[in-house]
Amino acid sequence: MTKTSPIKVASPSRFRPVWDFPGFSGLTIGFFAFLYVPILVLVAYSFNGSKFAMVWSEFSWRWYIKLLENDDIHSAAVNSLIVAFTAAPIATIMATLAALVMVRGGEFRGRDFTAGLITLPLMVPEIVTAVATLIFFALLNINLGLINVILAHTVFCIPFAYMPIKAALEAMDPGLEVAAQDLYADYWQAFYHVTLPLLTPGIISGFMLAFVISIDDFIITLMVAGAGSTTLPVYIYSMIRTGVTPEVNAVSTLLLAVSIVLVSIYWLLSSANRKGGAMG
Amino acid sequence: MTQSAHKNATLAKLRLFGILPTWVSISLLMIGPLLIMAAVSLMEANVYGGVHPRFDVSSYAQILFDTNLFDEREFNPAYLIIIMRSFLLATAATVLALIIGFPAAYYIARQPDHRKNLLVFLITIPFWTNLLVRTFAWVIILGRGGFMDQVASFFNLLDDGGSINLMYTNTAILIGLVYSYLPLMVLPLYSSMEKMDVRLLEAGADLYANRVELVRRIILPLTMPGIIGGSILVFVPCLGAFIAPDLLGGGKKLMLGSLVQLQFATSRNWPFGAAIAMMLLAIVVIALMINARAARRHASYAQAEGGTAHD
Repeated sequence: MTKTSPIKVASPSRFRPVWDFPGFSGLTIGFFAFLYVPILVLVAYSFNGSKFAMVWSEFSWRWYIKLLENDDIHSAAVNSLIVAFTAAPIATIMATLAALVMVRGGEFRGRDFTAGLITLPLMVPEIVTAVATLIFFALLNINLGLINVILAHTVFCIPFAYMPIKAALEAMDPGLEVAAQDLYADYWQAFYHVTLPLLTPGIISGFMLAFVISIDDFIITLMVAGAGSTTLPVYIYSMIRTGVTPEVNAVSTLLLAVSIVLVSIYWLLSSANRKGGAMG
Repeated sequence: MTQSAHKNATLAKLRLFGILPTWVSISLLMIGPLLIMAAVSLMEANVYGGVHPRFDVSSYAQILFDTNLFDEREFNPAYLIIIMRSFLLATAATVLALIIGFPAAYYIARQPDHRKNLLVFLITIPFWTNLLVRTFAWVIILGRGGFMDQVASFFNLLDDGGSINLMYTNTAILIGLVYSYLPLMVLPLYSSMEKMDVRLLEAGADLYANRVELVRRIILPLTMPGIIGGSILVFVPCLGAFIAPDLLGGGKKLMLGSLVQLQFATSRNWPFGAAIAMMLLAIVVIALMINARAARRHASYAQAEGGTAHD
């Protein structure tokens, strides 16, 4: 199917093309406002000098300074980083291996089953995964502190790491590997010298998405984490429950910033990939 | 052994090496726990948390019935109300997300490529940020004396000390749900609208169809897979939502997700929580089946029509 790319013609609006619906641009602006205004309000209020979370007084850094002095937030943030820096790399390695098999491994028995298995963590509602994992750890008496959290995170990070890696592999010309093998490279050499370097942006993208998903996870961690394994989102939740102070706004803004920066890097990487692919 | 047979054996080994870690970890930490949860839903509750390993279907019966003093089953609508509320709020959120998302998805799909990519990225950003934090933003907006009250009193729409105060209402939960899952509606909508051939609209207009007819007879049928896919992606997590009812409903207006959480956090009735979770899982399976059927039907339609119509 060919697509006609819509060409904007500088014409008076009475010659509006049929596919251009009046009012849709305004609705789209409203749509983006709905998505972003709450985030901007939260960020703005984190710089609010007032003692009350919701009443604006003046611009101030005081809540960020207060965050630096809060030991509980420190240890929660450290836990979050430990979990994300362990679960995301493990998930990325598994996802890379699985994507190589699924894209380059040819037809094999259990291929559809594997594809379903990888997407399973995306299908099951988070709360169901959370309580199932909780029951599993409790009944088997697996009580390893942060390791419990890491195990749970690794599983639901796999599909998020898998998607960009698989897409990058599919966009890659298999002829390059064949060419390497024609030049007497064995599987390993072809992989190490050709596939892996070309796949690196995809792998980094996968790692970053897995990292973001891990660091943002709340429900599963809330159910699985024991007393000493509080992560940042779980700590933010307890802060909200015990009474909203402006400190919550500040720590929430930091968490938002981490995700947005990482996802933006991912986007820049993948759009550079797209452009490179189009030129090559 | 011939060289190609040797090569095949190596390939099979490599395949196994590549796929085994994923198989083992997802089977062990996802399928295993789900099976154990299914078993727990059929056991007797232990009042101190955990279970007695005795077969008992009473946790499923508990969804609709209470056992009274005389050991008789009595109809108890309390959980049915929660189920109804969940379905109503999830349906309303899905419809609202569709109404809000449809024009935006259409508009973005008709933009030049570079702007399209940027706008799609802007839709995905909220999806990648922390849901708890994004929902909390609505507490600041909707709460007493919050952002909305301040805006309203700035425009003199509010008496002194008055408040619109939507917190702890179904409306607040609904806003939170739409906000949480809107990106999941727009992305599939966008991708089916992007595939749509705009020449069909021009052809329709040449045959004197007005814009309403174009939407009804061309855009809606052609983007149906996106509509169904997006609706499922919104409806399913809404049913199991925990954060929005908890923060914006104040934990008083329970939904299925919060009911499950409660059974493990405070009520300590694991089999009942597991039974509700099984119910959620069953709904997911049904939703996926509907989606697969719609996709199949659309594919065969596209094959039958598209083969001759285009290219």
